[in-house]
Order: sequence, then C-alpha cells, then structure tokens
Amino acid sequence: MNKTYSALNLFREGLRGQRGWAPAWRSPKPKPAYDVIVIGGGGHGLATAYYLAKVHGVRNVAVLEKGWIGGGNSGRNTTVVRSDYYYPESAALYDMSVRLYEGLSRELNYNIMLSQRGMMILAHSEAEMEIAARQVNAMQINGIDSQLLDTEGVRKLAPILNFDRGARYPIHGAMYQGRGGTARHDAVVWGFARGADRLGVDIIQNCEVTDVIVEGGRVTGVATTRGEIRADRIGAAVAGHSSVLAHMAGYRLPIHSYALQAFVSEPLKPVLDTVVLSPGHGTYVSQSDKGGLVFGGGLDRIPSYGQRGNLPVQETVIGGLSEMVPMFSKVKLLRHWAGIVDVTPDSSPIIGPSGVEGLYLNCGWGTGGFKAIPVGGYMLAHILATGRHHDLSRPFDLSRFTRGRLIDEGAASGIAH
Amino acid sequence: MQLFPCPFCGPRNEREFHYVAEPGKTRPDTTGDITAEDWAAYLYDTKNEKGPVREVWMHLTCRELFVMERDSVTMDVLGSKTLRRTLPAEGAA
Repeated sequence: MNKTYSALNLFREGLRGQRGWAPAWRSPKPKPAYDVIVIGGGGHGLATAYYLAKVHGVRNVAVLEKGWIGGGNSGRNTTVVRSDYYYPESAALYDMSVRLYEGLSRELNYNIMLSQRGMMILAHSEAEMEIAARQVNAMQINGIDSQLLDTEGVRKLAPILNFDRGARYPIHGAMYQGRGGTARHDAVVWGFARGADRLGVDIIQNCEVTDVIVEGGRVTGVATTRGEIRADRIGAAVAGHSSVLAHMAGYRLPIHSYALQAFVSEPLKPVLDTVVLSPGHGTYVSQSDKGGLVFGGGLDRIPSYGQRGNLPVQETVIGGLSEMVPMFSKVKLLRHWAGIVDVTPDSSPIIGPSGVEGLYLNCGWGTGGFKAIPVGGYMLAHILATGRHHDLSRPFDLSRFTRGRLIDEGAASGIAH
Repeated sequence: MQLFPCPFCGPRNEREFHYVAEPGKTRPDTTGDITAEDWAAYLYDTKNEKGPVREVWMHLTCRELFVMERDSVTMDVLGSKTLRRTLPAEGAA
C-alpha cells in the first residue's frame, strides 16, 4: 500500500489503476481513556493533535469531532493566510502561523496549495493613507513584510479594481503584505489529520461531546454520543460553540457567537492574482485556483448559532464587490454559506487555561481562525503537554480581561465588529 | 429580511435594530470595593446561549431599548417586551 505522496508513486499508481493507495487516516473505535482528548476535529483541533504527537511525543491522543473532520468552520472560511497585525503580540503569533504554513506541504507530505499571492487592504482617502502608513510602520517594526502602496502600486497588482476618481471609494493606496495569500482549506485539515493519524492519534468522527465530566474541580473526561471517554487533560478547539462547551464544564467566556458569511462565484478565467480587502466597501475577494471568486465581508449583526446568513449583510457585501470591481456585477453566484465564529471584545483569540483544571482553550479567533490553524494547534499542544504557556500564547490568556491588558485588533480584522 | 417586533412601533425591518446586551446583569456597587474579577465578569462575560435567548435590543429609529426573546439557532422571534415590565424597577433605569 502506498502511504507517501510523490510524483513517482503517482506515476506508479497510474499504471496500476490507482488501487494501491492507503486511506489517509483510520476510523478507530474510541478507547475508554486517553492521555489527552482534543475536542473539535477542525483545523485547530487536528493541528493540536499533530503537534502534540510530533513535537511533544504525546501520542495517546483522541480528536473528537461531532460531524466529519473539517465540516465546521474549517470548511466555511475564505482560506486567507496573512500576518499583517498591529500589536507586537499579535504579529509574533500570526507570523509564526504564516511561517508554519510556509513549511507545511513538505512537513505533512500533503500539498496544502499555499499561494503567497499577496494581500492588500485598500485605503480610500488621504486620512486613511495616513493611518495605513502608521500601521505599516508598526508592522515593519514587528518584523512583518508589510508595505505601503500608492495608487499606481495598487493598479500594477490589481488593474481590474475601480480606479475611477468619481468612485464612491476612490483608491488612494493600500497596505500590502507580499507573504499573505491563500491555502487550500480542505488540504490543511486532511494534511493535519493524516499527519496526526500516522503518529498514532485516534481521529473519532461522528462523536459529539454532550457533557464534560468535572470531578473535584478538575476534568476527568467527557460524555459523548459514543460513550464516556476519560482523560485528565482536555483541549477545546470548538470555535463558534466555545460558550456551549463552557456551559457544560462550568466556566464563562467573554464571547459572542455570530454568523460570518462567505460566497463563491461561477469560475472565471484568471482576473485577480492577489487578495483585496476594502474596509470602505466592507468586502474582500480573491480568485481560487478553479477560477471562482471567493469573497466575504463583515459579521452578521445578530448573535447567532444558525449556520446560515441573512440578506442585509449579503446586500452590503455583494453591493460592495460590484462597486469595488464593477465588471464582477455580471458574475453569477455559485454558492453562499455561513459559519459561526467566536467574537471576543478585543478581536483577539483566547489561548490557555479555562478556569477548570486540566481543560485548556483555543478559541475566540473571530473572523480569522483559518490563518491561525498551525499556530493555534502549536500553542494548545504546548500547553496540553507542558501545563504552561508558550511565550507567544501567554498574552492571549483568558486572564487578560481581568487584568485589563486587552489586545485590541478590531482594526486588523479589517471589518467592522 | 426578517421582521423584528418593537414593543412600541410594531413589526419592522431587522436593519432598524441593534443588539445591545444580555439582560439581568447588575452593575457592581461602586460605593464599595470591587474586585477586578467582578468588574471583568460584569463587563465581558456572556452566556451566549444556543437555543432560546433573552436579549436587550435597541430599535434605532425610536431609540427605545426592549427585551427580545428569540431562538439563536432557528432565528424565530418568540416575543418582545418593554424593559420596564420585564426587569425590576432599579434595573429599568
């Protein structure tokens, strides 16, 4: 059976009628107990399990997923990867994520189709250009490859944008990160799943956690739809439903759940080879390798656990897109959908102890969880294995809300909250 | 588009409404010492429930606050009441 993906194996299997491929991961029955349980089989949960086994040698690990892996927000995002954040704490965290992404295809022997096509955030007035310059300077000091583009610089990279001087939002320039781009979301999930499985991690699908067992103030396991499973260290990577898990285990979180919508159009010939975000229009767009325009905007305005969007936001986003690139107004939509995201008061994630001993959090990524998958997993794995924060995750501890040391990245997400 | 019921104006376009807060939180008594934990819990912690919820909303066009009951999964509106009839007098200010 072929377990390694390579050009040679692909050629060999081509001659044999593709009959020699092994399944990318097993579907084991849950054991009664594990050293560590990771709740949530999305990108973050699977990355956590992978780094636990790879970096820390903790291999007696189960990932519990209520549906199928990658079927939640990992399958509902718009695949953008970037690290153009303002505060040093965020820049360090998100840039480590981009660096991990850069090495991931090789490390996992799985092509995640990382395409560092650049990401620009437009500025629509002189005042916005001044703020953009300030942000770019801050990012450069933090070691992020951000740069300021003028109108001509933007035109060179994305000539199809609306450069009309009479436009509702004229383009004065942009903040640009060349290492930003997109990656194939399913491949990230499946690559981590395959990598974790090979190191001995049990990936258990269709296994919903229905209760968290807390004894004497510390976790000892979970009740699931496939029976009780014990572990005294549990990681929760259940974005969108973090508060639901908090209710089960008895801690509280500063999180609201909102729907975030995304859209994909019919495939077009290549017209846009970078990612463009316009805060004015409240819309961002990239073109997938298949040719579809992948785009989205801000959060829905109504707290929600319903995985679907609503019309007012669709109108804003689609209207914004057709003003940003007028020729796109002729394009037909193929699909649209919504995922439920955790929104924190400062638009920064929560990583670390939950308040219940043995239960650790990786949540609150808001609208930007996909770009953080490798680092979110890396940090949660570090805490689960050592019981202590990694230096990069310490500022994102839940206690920051009590200490008043918030990391307000509302602006970096580029959309109104 | 969804219609939300303002207790004062009747059913109106959802765009006219804004989510404000979780009801029933009491501001810590500022005449005494307040721990950082109590302040943080008051300011930030939310129930964020899945299913039936009670929330304070504002109807932006008449500027009135009110309590709306709805389902956070199905989006069904289950009812809306004025704040004064819903909460104790001191909380209605």
